[in-house]
Amino acid sequence: MFGITHFLFIAVLLFGIGVTGVLISRNIIVLLMSVELMLNAANLAIIAFSRALNVMDGHAFVFLVLTVAAAEAAVGLAMVITIFNNRRSINIDKYSLLKW
Amino acid sequence: MNLDSIIFIVSAAVTLFGAVMMIMQRNPVASVLYFILSLVAQAVLYVQLGALFVGAVLIIVYSGAILVLFLFVIMLLNLRGDEDLGAPSAPVSQLTKYVVSIGIVAEFAFVIWSTVFSSSISTGIIAGASENFGSTEQVARLLFGRYLYPFELTSILLLAAIVGAVVIARKENKDEIEAEAAAKATADEVTG
Repeated sequence: MFGITHFLFIAVLLFGIGVTGVLISRNIIVLLMSVELMLNAANLAIIAFSRALNVMDGHAFVFLVLTVAAAEAAVGLAMVITIFNNRRSINIDKYSLLKW
Repeated sequence: MNLDSIIFIVSAAVTLFGAVMMIMQRNPVASVLYFILSLVAQAVLYVQLGALFVGAVLIIVYSGAILVLFLFVIMLLNLRGDEDLGAPSAPVSQLTKYVVSIGIVAEFAFVIWSTVFSSSISTGIIAGASENFGSTEQVARLLFGRYLYPFELTSILLLAAIVGAVVIARKENKDEIEAEAAAKATADEVTG
């Protein structure tokens, strides 16, 4: 018999992979996708708790999170295009103009 | 070992495999494709949790629209192979990255271990669901009923995102583009 704890552990592992991706990736696009992966892990945890408590409010929250993820992807990719036009690279180590 | 457990194990394994491969790839297009694989397996997990409509929306909107947007941008950037993304940074900072990420995962796992197992939340997912849990009708009743105000606010968020994306991504006007190109040429001469 498997329960919501298994789903929560999958969500934790997904979140951890997302954090690892943000920390180790040098590619701005993979970095943005890792942030999306973390949002997805949160969604999975919300759905799991929604099922465990037998209330559906979590499903509405997941919709709002999906909307925020879409908005973030749109603005983030617009910024990637602008930075790429200026720097000719997607390597985040090259984006060091504000580095102290 | 019933069918539910087998489906759960397979889709969880595919989800984690896709996610790991996504952050390991050097080619951004392969990264996006692995992320789509991970999302499809994640939708199976959603359906197992009774969230039929949300699972369908995840496939249609997320892998169908958002990740295709990523693919469009990658192809628009027209990257060449010599981006040098694989050069490792200093070994100390590399070690720090892995220690920090493993620490975060361990902390979350410990919190789940110590709270969920000892609480009164029912951990079984089969028992106790109401008749049409997760159906489109129930989700719509929530979104247009109790959560109508946040739902309307998201439309403003989307409008702001659209306008913001267009303003950020467009070129200002012809003179500025030429000035920018001239400045870039000078900078290239200086740096050799």
